[in-house]
Amino acid sequence: MTTSVTIPTGGELGATASAVPVASVRTRTRWSQRVRPRRILLTVLAFAVSLAWVFPVYWMMNSSLLSNRTLQSFIPTFLPFGGSFANYENVLEDGSFFTALGISLSVTLIAVFFCLLFAFLAAVAISRFRFKGRKAFVLAVLIVQMLPAEGLFIAQYKMVSSVGLLNSVIGVSIIYTAAVVPFTVWMLRGFVAGIPADLEEAAMVDGLSRTQAFMRITFPLLAPGLVASGVFAFLQAWNEFTVALVLLPAEQMHTLPLWLRGFIQASATRETDWGQVMAASTLVAVPVIVFFLIVQGRMTSGLVSGAVKG
Amino acid sequence: MTETITRDVAATEPAKPRTPAGRRRFLSVPHLLLIPAILILLVGMGYPLVWQVITSMQEFGIKQQFGQPADFVGLQNYIDLATDPTMWQVVGRSLAFCFITATMTLVVGLLLAVLMTAVGRTARLTLQISLLLAWAMPVVAAMTVWIWLFDRRRGVVNYLLDMIPGVDMNRFSWLSNPLTFFIVASIIVIWMSVPFVAFSVYAGLTQVSDEVLEAAQLDGANGAKRLRYIIMPMIRPVIMIVLLLQLIWDLRVFTQITMLQDAGSKASEFDLLGTYIYKLGAGSQDFGMASAVSIFVLALTLAISWFYVRALLKEDEQS
Repeated sequence: MTTSVTIPTGGELGATASAVPVASVRTRTRWSQRVRPRRILLTVLAFAVSLAWVFPVYWMMNSSLLSNRTLQSFIPTFLPFGGSFANYENVLEDGSFFTALGISLSVTLIAVFFCLLFAFLAAVAISRFRFKGRKAFVLAVLIVQMLPAEGLFIAQYKMVSSVGLLNSVIGVSIIYTAAVVPFTVWMLRGFVAGIPADLEEAAMVDGLSRTQAFMRITFPLLAPGLVASGVFAFLQAWNEFTVALVLLPAEQMHTLPLWLRGFIQASATRETDWGQVMAASTLVAVPVIVFFLIVQGRMTSGLVSGAVKG
Repeated sequence: MTETITRDVAATEPAKPRTPAGRRRFLSVPHLLLIPAILILLVGMGYPLVWQVITSMQEFGIKQQFGQPADFVGLQNYIDLATDPTMWQVVGRSLAFCFITATMTLVVGLLLAVLMTAVGRTARLTLQISLLLAWAMPVVAAMTVWIWLFDRRRGVVNYLLDMIPGVDMNRFSWLSNPLTFFIVASIIVIWMSVPFVAFSVYAGLTQVSDEVLEAAQLDGANGAKRLRYIIMPMIRPVIMIVLLLQLIWDLRVFTQITMLQDAGSKASEFDLLGTYIYKLGAGSQDFGMASAVSIFVLALTLAISWFYVRALLKEDEQS
């Protein structure tokens, strides 16, 4: 087992959930069954909390289906009866969504591609080799990973604008790649280390060269790790707001988060069409939610793995 | 990769990375593999960082934007900051926001994790799914929804609160008063971050061995004692890491605050460190001061995250 997947996250939901902890939870459940009324109370509480937590997500979708006239009423409409997709049609009408989608896609895909490539090479280096400067590199990666965008974006703005890359896909992509590489290196390192070098050696005994052994044995085993890391890099770049705000000031260069923010900004000067804003939010959120659900199990374990090993 | 390099690797690379043979000589292959990552980090992070350190010691305002050379002023910008009451208000507000929000997140997350272990499968799955959905929401989309929920006239929050007898929340404007503004911000951030905490702690809880708990029960430890003496010590490392990450993340709430300011007021009483830097740099074009505040934020983050970085380093050494 690699270090990055040691924690079975989220019980049954986690991608890496193993049978043992689930079983252990059941045992504990049986104990508490003796205290019936308390258990019923807790179950009710669990459902109430679930409802409260999911409510904003539900409310976004509900409002997106209701007409502006329904939303104007002072009594909220809690179910989308009589709703329509008119808000979506209105949002998509002027084409600004597709422009933003295009910018978001190009920035994110460029960043993810280079990030995966660079991080993969670095991860192989630090998990398959011991060399001078290795520790310094690992430390640098961990520290850079913690640096907040809020502490660097003014300097990044100055640098990017001084080379004339303001409002260009390339400028943002470079910053995104650099911002996401550290976490990706760290995540891939766990995956590479999880594949025993013995496998490669066995292949080499059978006559393959070191490179051939790596490409034919280790690389295919690494594919899930690459996909998971790629999805993370994708989500981070896709949702990024701070750097995009300073590096892409021109409206026709806005990424999806900036495009969505435009709706709220406009609300300062005129009556907000909340149905449209919620339809726009849903368009931005749904693909992200789907991707996120695919990889979330590894997310938790990657971030806190140090705690369990230490 | 050329044949020579391949042979070189095969000859020098040890079977198990920790074997002494690995330290025998300087290897060039791993260094080559690191070059692209190092280059992109130098361009995207290294250069801006160095520029920022230099600029933070310069007089770099609007005049310098138009080509006037920037004068070196040593630590003058930092001294100006330290003697500026606005800066202290922003720092105090940011730290208070960060600590209160992170603590609340941790407490709620812990309680939900314990709740997950105490209820049946259906209730647990329902809770986990709704937490996951909240966690997966992109920040900007989450902000638009919450701004709508807290809308002065037609927001659900005011509507529901107004239904409580004796409470008059009709048209209550949450975002126009700094205190309620930050309460709203805190609620939103807690809503976003609790899922991560709850899942991490729950994962930790499921790893506490049942044998140990049963033994403790046989020895007469009641529920509270088991929690205090067995469960808590075993999940302490997870809690520490999660708390640290929350503190770091709650210092960088630029997106949330910016969007709440879009819907409310941009006045300086509503600023935290992130928006303060943005206004100094992008607004007033005072890059010298903006850099100095940025360096302060970076130093603060590193100080808080040092423990986390050390824990991860330890893990790296063990692998």
